[in-house]
Amino acid sequence: MSDNLKNEELNEYVSASTALDDEQRVKVLSPGMLVAKRFIRNKLAMIGLVILIFMFIFSFVGGQISPYGEAEVFRTTEVVLKDYAGATYSDEYLYTEQEGLKLPSAAISQFILAVNKKQDTFEAKGIQYSLIEEGQDFYRISGVSEIGKALTLRGISSYTETLEGSLTDTIKAGYEAAVKDGLSEFEVDGIVYLITKIGKENSIGTVQDIALATKRIFNTYANDTTLTYQFKFATLKAIEEDVKNFDVNGITYTITEGENDTATISTADGVNFASVSKLVVRPMSNDVFLSVDFKTLVENAIINGEKSIVYVDENGEENEYTITNKDKQYTIRRLQETVVNALYSEPSKEHFLGTDGNGMDILTRLMYGGRISLLIGFIAIGIEIFIGVILGGLAGYFGKWIDTAIMRLVDVFNCIPSMPLYIILGAVMDYYRLAPQTRIYLLCVILGLLSWPGIARMVRGQILSLREQEFMTAAEATGISVYRRIFKHLVPNVIPQLIVVATMGLGDIILVEATLSFLGLGVKYPFASWGNIINAVNDVYVMTNYLFVWIPAGMLILLTVLGFNFVGDGLRDAFDPKMKR
Amino acid sequence: MKRFLIKRLLLSVVILFFVSMIIYSIMRAMPTSYVENKARQMASLPGAKSYEDWLEQLEESYGLNKGIVPGYAHWLSKAAQGEFGDSWSWNVPVTEKFKSVIWYSFALAVVAFVLQVSVAIPLGILSARRQYSRTDYTITVFGLIGISLPTFFFATILKWIFSINLGWFDLYGIVGRMHLQLDAFGKIMDMAAHMVLPVATLTIVGIGSLMRYTRTNMLEVLNSDYIRTARAKGLSENRVINYHAFRNTLIPIVTILGSSLPGLFGGAMITETLFQIPGIGYTAYQSMVQGDIPFSMFYMVFLAFLTLTGTLIADILYAVVDPRVRVN
Repeated sequence: MSDNLKNEELNEYVSASTALDDEQRVKVLSPGMLVAKRFIRNKLAMIGLVILIFMFIFSFVGGQISPYGEAEVFRTTEVVLKDYAGATYSDEYLYTEQEGLKLPSAAISQFILAVNKKQDTFEAKGIQYSLIEEGQDFYRISGVSEIGKALTLRGISSYTETLEGSLTDTIKAGYEAAVKDGLSEFEVDGIVYLITKIGKENSIGTVQDIALATKRIFNTYANDTTLTYQFKFATLKAIEEDVKNFDVNGITYTITEGENDTATISTADGVNFASVSKLVVRPMSNDVFLSVDFKTLVENAIINGEKSIVYVDENGEENEYTITNKDKQYTIRRLQETVVNALYSEPSKEHFLGTDGNGMDILTRLMYGGRISLLIGFIAIGIEIFIGVILGGLAGYFGKWIDTAIMRLVDVFNCIPSMPLYIILGAVMDYYRLAPQTRIYLLCVILGLLSWPGIARMVRGQILSLREQEFMTAAEATGISVYRRIFKHLVPNVIPQLIVVATMGLGDIILVEATLSFLGLGVKYPFASWGNIINAVNDVYVMTNYLFVWIPAGMLILLTVLGFNFVGDGLRDAFDPKMKR
Repeated sequence: MKRFLIKRLLLSVVILFFVSMIIYSIMRAMPTSYVENKARQMASLPGAKSYEDWLEQLEESYGLNKGIVPGYAHWLSKAAQGEFGDSWSWNVPVTEKFKSVIWYSFALAVVAFVLQVSVAIPLGILSARRQYSRTDYTITVFGLIGISLPTFFFATILKWIFSINLGWFDLYGIVGRMHLQLDAFGKIMDMAAHMVLPVATLTIVGIGSLMRYTRTNMLEVLNSDYIRTARAKGLSENRVINYHAFRNTLIPIVTILGSSLPGLFGGAMITETLFQIPGIGYTAYQSMVQGDIPFSMFYMVFLAFLTLTGTLIADILYAVVDPRVRVN
């Protein structure tokens, strides 16, 4: 400070008046005011005070103002390409069986062999089949279908019917005549019956169309329609023969042929009923019904080589689909909106500092985290001071063996390595799966219980020297009780130092709490703490890409501790009468 | 002096006894989680005994079937003979593991310590000489920021700048991927490179308190009468500071430095863990989290021992450096 300033200060106390009035009195500042004045003049201390006031408002008022909750998870809709359907050109035969008849899988494989070899009959499991080519890639498969069995011994036959009444007397008569003549087939009422010997029994069967095989795909316009053999056969036949109209079960259908072997079948009143194409379009999940319109759209897109289509479904929703081709396998993906947790979303208007790995608002978490960090600091320092002042006061005042005992206790506690112990206790709390709330209380107690020796030592030292001063002799002489002497006369004299130590200690405790929470052993989810917010950097990806997650929390810890240290430093200077400024 | 030393040593032994007792009770409060995990593991092997059988057998072999008091007596009787048992999680004798990891920690701590001292003392003195100047404020703010920086935050910032953005150092570990292919010199350089960030962290975080301490002491000396006398004699300012003031400032500083020497062996637990330097701190951290009682006990008692040695050294040095102080 310059000399000028000092003179000015001095002049404040010199009055120009000559009268003996209040003005003439020597102006003396109370010790408290002196300290306050010295403190206010300290720039660093004032900066620290401003920081601290800001932190308190941020943490305690901020949490109230913030529209979000401490553990409120935010969700966001994200547009994801999801597999919707697959499409492929059918190069395999699809089989439609007659009602009540079954084409066994053995027959199917034999059928394919027969088609490749261009044979017109094949046999599977002892049954003869014949295939009739009706058109391109369109076959009718007929085979013997058993209607009954007969066991013929010495000319007398006993019958087993497959269906009740399937073997009429005329058929039986025809059969017996054929067996007598050693024939393997007979005709009754214009129907040819075949006799096949299976073991001792003879099987009597009719030649019947069992199934049709085609590479074309039938799609229906309505979800619940199933197409019969007769319908499919008639349709395919009509397409082959280029006929526009055909009848099935008394209903007349009209065929409209489209491009690329596609055709639409509508009923007489013009309602679309089914369509035929060579492209198989199947939904990826079972609960989706693909309409013929959609399939047609996909087919046209594939033919025209388009990569994306827009389809308006029956609910009027417009969706965009992309089509990708891989080895003739077409995948149709839909841009689908999915609701997900807003993880690590960038800072925006809704979330000034973005969201964290749980989709919670970071700014709000920081506010609540500050509250917890500061509260833990204050409670812990309170416990610390309480124990420290009592034990230090007793030791300093009584001296002798009490002093020795207490100071040895201080030594023991001083020797316990605190950080490792916190870590072990954190692990113990983990083991017992304590509720996060209980953990916070316990953390305060543990932090307080382990850091009191410093304060006890300081208080004892001060009281040792204060004890010898005259005011204490006076206090003793007036017969004040020991309790009052210690706690009313000695301890208040230690308060300046106590305030300084407590302020700086607060910073330390906040650091320890943050470190523990960072290691995952302190304050736990769902509660926020500045330390456990930074914990996210253990994932290197978060450290690299999401600076907004960990930088603000770190800066807040740094600023708060710095604030406490600035203020503590300033207070020490202000309380110290030797410090000349 | 001799009587003082003997008295202090005896006292230290008593304190160590109580400290280890407290730590042992707390360790036992972690209800054998390590053993339970292990028993569960063993029991899940094909054709193994049941979990209860394993638990019983393991507890017996680890001496956990005893109560806390007999258990502690057992541990103490062994520890007094220098036997700290086998580490559970490392499967080697505790002392062996200790010997294999301690030098990493020591190297880390010594380098950081030398750097701290060589930066903090000159800056502290400079700050005191120019009290309330801009330099003083800058140094004070810098020092206090160092004190206030959370280690894990600063280490993360360093990693982000130097490992991720600049790519100069590896994020973790003491050796690089190509360590085994390097020659002897290359191996040392590789390890040194991995030590840079941890050393930087330790130095910056630890520099503040020593600097503040130097400043306070230097201010006290500068305000004392003999400095005024020296100035009154007409000595040059340099001689006053470097000769008269500095030597007296050194008294408390040497004392505090001496007392922190044993701490160099204690390992920097948080820093080592953050950078995964396999020193005593990181090893102990892993042991403690896993509930490895023998190693944790050893580490904590070792730290307590270092603290006691530190205070003892401080008291002795105080008497040695300052002839006015008599130990008795």
